[in-house]
Amino acid sequence: MYLTRGDRTFIGLNYAVLLLLGFVAFYPFWNAAVISFNLGSDTSLGGITFWPRVFTWQNYDVVFRDERLIDGFVISVFRTAIGTFLSIIATAIFAYGMTKRELIGRKFYMIMSIFTMYFGGGLIPTYLLIRELQLMNTFWVMVVPGVISVWNMIIFRTFFKGMPTELEESAQIDGASNWGVLMRIILPLSGPVIATLSLFTAVYHWNDWFAPSIYISNVDLLPIQTKLQQILNSNIMLDQMANMDSAAQGRLNKMRAVTTKSLSMATMMVATVPILCVYPFVQKYFVKGVLIGSLKE
Amino acid sequence: MRQSATAKAMQRSKKAPLIIRIIRQWDVQAMVVPAILFVFVFSYIPMYGVVMAFQDYSLFKGVTGSPWVGFKHFEMFFHAPEFWGIMRNTLVISFLKLVIGFPAPIVLALMLNEIGSRMFKRGIQTISYLPHFLSWVIVSGFIVSMLSTDNGSLNMLLEKLGVIDEPINFMSEPKYFWSILVTTNVWKEIGFSSIVYLAAIAGINPQLYEAASMDGASRLRQMFSITLPSITPVIVVFSILAIGNLLNAGFEDILLLAGNPVLRDVSDVLDTYVYRVGIQNNRYSYATAAGLFKAVISIALLAFANYAARRSGNSLW
Repeated sequence: MYLTRGDRTFIGLNYAVLLLLGFVAFYPFWNAAVISFNLGSDTSLGGITFWPRVFTWQNYDVVFRDERLIDGFVISVFRTAIGTFLSIIATAIFAYGMTKRELIGRKFYMIMSIFTMYFGGGLIPTYLLIRELQLMNTFWVMVVPGVISVWNMIIFRTFFKGMPTELEESAQIDGASNWGVLMRIILPLSGPVIATLSLFTAVYHWNDWFAPSIYISNVDLLPIQTKLQQILNSNIMLDQMANMDSAAQGRLNKMRAVTTKSLSMATMMVATVPILCVYPFVQKYFVKGVLIGSLKE
Repeated sequence: MRQSATAKAMQRSKKAPLIIRIIRQWDVQAMVVPAILFVFVFSYIPMYGVVMAFQDYSLFKGVTGSPWVGFKHFEMFFHAPEFWGIMRNTLVISFLKLVIGFPAPIVLALMLNEIGSRMFKRGIQTISYLPHFLSWVIVSGFIVSMLSTDNGSLNMLLEKLGVIDEPINFMSEPKYFWSILVTTNVWKEIGFSSIVYLAAIAGINPQLYEAASMDGASRLRQMFSITLPSITPVIVVFSILAIGNLLNAGFEDILLLAGNPVLRDVSDVLDTYVYRVGIQNNRYSYATAAGLFKAVISIALLAFANYAARRSGNSLW
């Protein structure tokens, strides 16, 4: 292809700007990782940017010895696994039922579901409902309210509708029931959509810190994100206190090998790693998922 | 035609009473009814609970027993000293997010589209999608660390460049808050939001570009005369959708980034206000009234957005 000088300048500039953008997108993450691997007392001296100056595992050692954090991690894992599994199964069954033309009341069910996407009771009535249902301070408060997702139901339904009807027909001629068709034909053929929606649901469960922060007061039940939020919050307060009383706190921090900063960075890394682990493998799915989602009906 | 066996069964059952017909298809109903009951409990009961905005709700008497007080809480909210500040923050923040956060992914998509090297393009995409998958807790942790006075990277950079002599305490200066909030949001979502536009661009007929370059159009010219007009319908639909979200200024991001009470004058929006007075101060009826006020305006905006979408020929539903 022939390129003019203007084209070449344009392309060069484009590469440069994107490179800068990529750097800005990645740097905060990289810097946090570097701090988590650097000796805390050394970090306080400043100047830590791209590479650890005094490499150490100490911060992680402290994090992994902290039972509360490990418990939080385990709770998060359980919550994500159980919450995602239940939600995907229940929503897929719901969606398959909604594809059936003979379903009496289908239109009513659909309108009733879609209405909830535009109007809700809001924070306070929901909070009081959870109280009424005795879900406060239980593990299930993190799982049960999200079991049915109307949004995911619509995506599932669109996907199921796009499958060739011959598959269903031939199975029914062979005597399969509706449930049999769903379990043995439809679901096994829905790999991509299940993968995409599972990814989004799992990310939601792993990242949600707010619901536990209002519904759960028992520290042993808090997932890692909520614990991390509380740690970071108390660190900010410590920082402000240090700023106020003539940096006494700051000086104290400088003497310690492990500081609140290095520790919270290590905790943040621990809370992020599971997402980084699955991320590269599912990238091709979520691009598809976003597109199904944006097309809707 | 769909499977004739069921169709025939349907015709036969047409004459039977409704309840019998429902029982006959119990297997299909069993797929849907539990989920609908679930939606009823977790979405419709809270919707009914909204009536507590018109009551003096008490935990012991419940929604059925609490006394009715009409619009008392709404009036209190409208006359509250913080009302206008909250409205201003809500509108300004969501306006800034719209004006800056909406075009940013479009620009990114246009730029990525001009990249010839597949590897470079994929690399940038992979990196820019990543922040979307991180929780707001982590993201706010990054931001606080970047902007910290205690050797935060930004302060170090500015000091090295000689722009400032003393580190700036970004997180406790009200004048920086809106910029920090909007930048963080763009940082988190720009890559992921660009996916839709990239897909739209991928659907453009390549012959258009061939013809244009034959006629001597430069790359920049092609971008403005072919790529941008081709994805305009998608942009229109998404910009209309954004109108319906005008009162959603943000919640988690503000809650986490405005941890310092000094920032309350610039950070308090409708949603965070509802949370603060409702959950933290237990003023249930009052907070519900504030929340309902927001919901009603949002619905009106959404109806308007849908009307606009129909007129532009891109109906949303």
